[in-house]
Amino acid sequence: MGEEAKQILAVITTDRNKVTGAVPIFIADNEEEKQKTALFLAKTLDAMVHDLENGIYFIVRH
Amino acid sequence: MVIILAGTLAGILTRILLLKLDYRQYPGYPHGYISHFSLGAIASALGAVAVPALMNKDFTAFTFLALAAQQFREIRNIERQTLENLEETRLEKRGKDYIEGIARTFEARNYLVMGTAFITSIAAMMAGIWGAVAMALILILFSKTFMTGKKIGDICEVIPGEVHFKNSLLCVNEVDIMSVGLPDIREKIKQEALGVMIKPKDDNARATLHDMGQRMAITHTAAQIMGSKKEVDIPEFTPLARKNPDTGEVALYIMPIEKDMASLIMAVQRTPLLESARVKPLKTQAGRIAAD
Repeated sequence: MGEEAKQILAVITTDRNKVTGAVPIFIADNEEEKQKTALFLAKTLDAMVHDLENGIYFIVRH
Repeated sequence: MVIILAGTLAGILTRILLLKLDYRQYPGYPHGYISHFSLGAIASALGAVAVPALMNKDFTAFTFLALAAQQFREIRNIERQTLENLEETRLEKRGKDYIEGIARTFEARNYLVMGTAFITSIAAMMAGIWGAVAMALILILFSKTFMTGKKIGDICEVIPGEVHFKNSLLCVNEVDIMSVGLPDIREKIKQEALGVMIKPKDDNARATLHDMGQRMAITHTAAQIMGSKKEVDIPEFTPLARKNPDTGEVALYIMPIEKDMASLIMAVQRTPLLESARVKPLKTQAGRIAAD
């Protein structure tokens, strides 16, 4: 909410064709691994997991 | 001597009565009480002393009042700084508006105390000790009733809301709050979250709820009273208040420690209405025309 900008810290996906660019991208083999990776990343980064509902999770610090 | 004493006592009494711990939850520590109490005592002494000084045609006494005013403005700055410093480590922020409101209140209360002391002294001089007592009672009553700010419950209706998910979107009734990615957390929120709808009673109230500072004050109060499951690494549990852009109603989502709808509603209703957030579009002609 503050003045600092929101930022995508990482992207986790099972479909490597859907993401590209200058963010850390984590490829997961299945849904379960995706969730687990997302949870761990979010916990370490104190950030939040969001779902794009197309198989991509991304992590944002608010 | 009696005149000064009467004024001072009345002033101190006002300050003590205004220094109770309320929904602002501030100051909640003994040193805060002491410093505000002593400042109140000084303010009332200054107000009371001014009367006999003026009777002796000693008009410079008023310069002292100006000096006092200077000091009280300083208090406002100090209060603001303290609260802003504390804010950094808070999980549920009060917000700048709320801090400003608290600081201003503390400044204004000192003026109130000074005024009470001044007027009571005059009464003591003109009508004796009983006149002073009567005047002090009236003034204290006045301070209690008129200087207690309004609350959210006065301008809004607070009703229970339903927390649910549209896929990954967390919603309270029809208002979208945020996107929650992880299914486990979604499940936990479904089980344990509470939501309320805050419905403005008129256009003035709607404009007040539009203010982000006011909404932060609401989430802060709710989290203080109900407890919040938020932690540094679980931003999903941050209490949030989001507006329905079409109706101006505000939906509040919170993960309380105590899941009790009745007390959440009470906490929201008792949230102080921030002076800085209060706007009255209905007082203008354009606002009234737009309202119908």
